[in-house]
Amino acid sequence: MSDQPSANIQPSSSVVAEEKRLRNTRLGLLAPGILTIFCIGIMPLSIVLVYSFLEPGDFGGVSWVLSFDAYVQLLFEEDIFDETLSFTTDYLQIFLRSVGLGLFTTIACLLVGFPTAYFIATQPPARRNAWLFLITIPFWTNLLIRTYAMLLILRDQGIINLALIEIGLIDRAIPILYTDFAVCLGLVYAYLPFMVLPIYASLEKLDFRLVEASYDLYATRFKVLKRIIIPLAKPGIAAGCILVLIPSLGAFITPALLGGGKSLMIGNLIELQFGQARNWPFGSAIALVLMVLVMLSLMTYLRYGARKGAPAHG
Amino acid sequence: MSTQTATAAIDIRETSKIYGRNRETGVVALDQVSLAIRDNEFFTLLGPSGCGKTTLLRLIAGFEQPTHGEILLFGEHLEGLPPYKRPVNTVFQHYALFPHMTVAENISFGLEMLDTPNTQISSTVKEVLGLVQMEHLANRKTDQLSGGQQQRVALARALAPKPKVLLLDEPLSALDFKLRKEMQVELKRLQNETGITFIFVTHDQEEALTMSDRVAVMRDGLILQVGNPREIYDRPAKRFVADFIGDINILKGRILSKNGAQATVKLNAGYQGTAGLPAETDSLGDEVSIAIRPEQLSFVSGAGPEHLSGSIQHISYFGSGFDYEIVMPTGETIMLQLQNRGAGDHAYTVGDRAHIAISENSMQILAD
Repeated sequence: MSDQPSANIQPSSSVVAEEKRLRNTRLGLLAPGILTIFCIGIMPLSIVLVYSFLEPGDFGGVSWVLSFDAYVQLLFEEDIFDETLSFTTDYLQIFLRSVGLGLFTTIACLLVGFPTAYFIATQPPARRNAWLFLITIPFWTNLLIRTYAMLLILRDQGIINLALIEIGLIDRAIPILYTDFAVCLGLVYAYLPFMVLPIYASLEKLDFRLVEASYDLYATRFKVLKRIIIPLAKPGIAAGCILVLIPSLGAFITPALLGGGKSLMIGNLIELQFGQARNWPFGSAIALVLMVLVMLSLMTYLRYGARKGAPAHG
Repeated sequence: MSTQTATAAIDIRETSKIYGRNRETGVVALDQVSLAIRDNEFFTLLGPSGCGKTTLLRLIAGFEQPTHGEILLFGEHLEGLPPYKRPVNTVFQHYALFPHMTVAENISFGLEMLDTPNTQISSTVKEVLGLVQMEHLANRKTDQLSGGQQQRVALARALAPKPKVLLLDEPLSALDFKLRKEMQVELKRLQNETGITFIFVTHDQEEALTMSDRVAVMRDGLILQVGNPREIYDRPAKRFVADFIGDINILKGRILSKNGAQATVKLNAGYQGTAGLPAETDSLGDEVSIAIRPEQLSFVSGAGPEHLSGSIQHISYFGSGFDYEIVMPTGETIMLQLQNRGAGDHAYTVGDRAHIAISENSMQILAD
């Protein structure tokens, strides 16, 4: 690596000095990055970890007493009178609903995003950038504003219901807002670009001569998609699914506004603990459990993917 | 082979391919081409890039549809059939092997798509792997193969479904010289063993001559000449064909008399003799172009009316022989090629005066 021509002439001590200097330079250049990761990544996470093992303070915050209550609380309910514990699925259900909504959102994004990405990737190169530009336009507006806009569209007096009544398809407004459907719709809308972009990136690299070759080898359009295009776009599909699933699991603005607090998701639950419920340790514990579950499933996927011999994503 | 009136493997009838709206504004890639390719033939489409040879191949494969005309495969119309419904397979220029599959999976792909029973797939895969001598690499991923090996896999993949016609789109152009030579022999052997009609596209005239049963020389969307390699090389009909294939001297002369496919000509440089006459005949007495291959010329010691003469301007040595450039009194330069037969064979040097004899019956009149 550091094969300096001077190394042949100079004694080895100067080579060592040179390498040390290089190492210091490297460290110096990396320092801002490392510092940033430490300050905004590792440190807050450590605080969350520590807080989850403490007792809640009376007015928010924590009191410094070691306790596992936060984790116990996830699965067990304490009787107010005799302080016995009984198993409860309340929070488990919220977890399951979140996972369900998240998976549904991911699948919906995939079904809409893949054809979109394929369409863009098969456009002439000059036009692709224009399409990508259009995909990124929603990012220009704050998610909160966009979610309020969705709210206006979906509510009983919103344009969807008004239009349906106008054509005579329905007599009364059908409730769309404050349903799981509305939450999913909002999540799909918010995260669709995260599905389109990675899939586009892998489809754009796809050699369409392979598609031609498989047509030549008697593959119908559907078989070409199944056997050639999807397997080769797999890294992009996986990345897109991860990028949509993880934030939609933790989403809280969208379910709060479009779900109307009826369909609570993990994100709302966590937010609640740090807000009204004033139970910071419990909020920390939920956040950590969610994180561990996501990490475990990702690791499972990666192992499975590696065994199937899929190209590493990067 | 019997003298056959059997149906052609591929029958191309007045087929045109125009990219764009119409002839005037679009690009004419193929211009009313008619061509019949026989069964079990190694047929080569030869021409410079942009001559329409790849377009013709893609029309046969079904990747493109002709603007006009029709293509028949063993008497059956191919019109409107997508590539996956044509019993024709292609070996692509850049192989287009599926990177997410092993060698064996690549080869079995076509058979799977045809719903071939599994037992038959595995035996066919084994068979074609043997045919291209790749049995030992069946389970490799394709990106772990060398260029030559990829080439063999591409061939095996295209041969496995036993197509009626195999299309080869400049498959050897990415290989280095030595490997290319090997694969030329290999391809010819495969064609003999399988009995499948091969249609081979190339811009390499030597490749075309060594492998083909027949060659079609193309330019600007037109087929200029179809014939076996000897006809193409020895009796080029058009100036472009003569020029494109091998080295050639083109001298000016006049037709003195005609007799069927032959004519008596007199070169401006002096020589008089018989020359081959292409179908589109030039009128008597007009000045025509006459082609003579450099290797049909030889030095002679004495001057005479049946010889050409001039002074040697340049000599180049290329290992197996010498090229002499001789300027004649008419101002025309003629090239003479001699085999290298050892030292002292030809003691000419630059500036020497030389007399040249032309082999019997080696001149050819060219149509422009």
